Amino acid sequence: MPTLRDIQRRIRSVQSTQKITRAMKLVAAAKLRRAQERILAARPYAGKMSELLGNLVSAASGSDETQHPLLEQREGPRRQIVIITADKGLAGAFNANVIRRALEFVRQSNTAEVTLVVVGRKARDFYRRRPWTIKRDMIGFWDRLAYTHAAELADYFMQQYLDGEVDEVHLVYNEFRSVAVQRPVREQLLPIPRKAEGEVDTGAVDYLYEPNPKAILDELLPRHVRTQVFRALMESLAGEYGARMTAMEAATKNAKEMIDVLTIQYNKARQEKITKELLDIVGGAEALKQGAEA
Amino acid sequence: MADRLTLEIATPIRLVVAEAADEIVIPGSQGYFGVLPGHAPFLTTLGVGEFMYRVGHDEHYLAVSGGFAEVRNDKVIVLADTAEHPEEIDRARAERARERAERRLSGRGDEEIDYARALAALARALTRIMTAGRSR
Repeated sequence: MPTLRDIQRRIRSVQSTQKITRAMKLVAAAKLRRAQERILAARPYAGKMSELLGNLVSAASGSDETQHPLLEQREGPRRQIVIITADKGLAGAFNANVIRRALEFVRQSNTAEVTLVVVGRKARDFYRRRPWTIKRDMIGFWDRLAYTHAAELADYFMQQYLDGEVDEVHLVYNEFRSVAVQRPVREQLLPIPRKAEGEVDTGAVDYLYEPNPKAILDELLPRHVRTQVFRALMESLAGEYGARMTAMEAATKNAKEMIDVLTIQYNKARQEKITKELLDIVGGAEALKQGAEA
Repeated sequence: MADRLTLEIATPIRLVVAEAADEIVIPGSQGYFGVLPGHAPFLTTLGVGEFMYRVGHDEHYLAVSGGFAEVRNDKVIVLADTAEHPEEIDRARAERARERAERRLSGRGDEEIDYARALAALARALTRIMTAGRSR
């Protein structure tokens, strides 16, 4: 039977936890808004980029000019998997989901021929203790995420692909569906899948090219890949904040419920104590009275 | 035929310009070229240089580097790696970048240098300095 003081101590403890979860929720909400704005701001570039790619490939299709190493499908077993998680936890199942999704995919691949690139501390810590080869990690940049991070990452695996060290590159990350919903997804980055080249424009435009379609494609394809990596990073970041906000909201609510229950317990215990004291006093008085009468 | 051009300049992080313009001068990788309404469909890679668009009598300048420009149906779309208005340019930083690049190119600097990279860095720095000089 907890004493009044015990209950009071627990209430205070839960209250301070609640203060922290509420603060974390507010911080996550503010950062989420900024992350969402960044995703929106990046959309015109990315959208136009795919459209251009589609135009270019269809305009020059049939000729050898659309041949490019990044588009070339080659049958090879060596897979590189890029896994994007957060650095921090306290975001519900955000990290666990994407790690599980990645693990399924990693297991489907031949262990000897799969290499990993881990982004975010959670992914690194998970795979570090496991038998797969980690080629590279990227950690501690989330607070200052910039396009250069995406470019660096994309250039890293594109180089390996062009050098013939890997045959496929896949990306596993949390897609930002909405504030409350993040879904782990896998995308093939290299070779660039045909569908990612965008819808074929109605009536291919007869452009004048300068210097020529091939040279333009050479410039376009790496940028296309970088843009995709950048989008994935931004979605993951927004998703992390969304997940943390939701998780902290739930935690704050749970704390409130706990405080309510504890408060009722506290009141009951207090009443019981008063009742007991009253009984003692009444009993004592009775005893005295009887003693006096005798 | 429309008598004005629609201009959009986007970088990976944001839409920089969305305006109607009367004339545009673009630093293509093969040299500067001008665009007036009625231009033929055109697709090119961007170089490093100063981008200009004129609205009425107002000329606007931006320092751009790398990317693409598409001209089609009097719509000009520029996808640049970077595009900055004069007032956004950090001049001191550009000066430092210029000094660094010049030092490397002069060969007095440290060990091996990537010549092409240093040259590109110099071009970017010079463009920024020039464009920054246009801000009032």
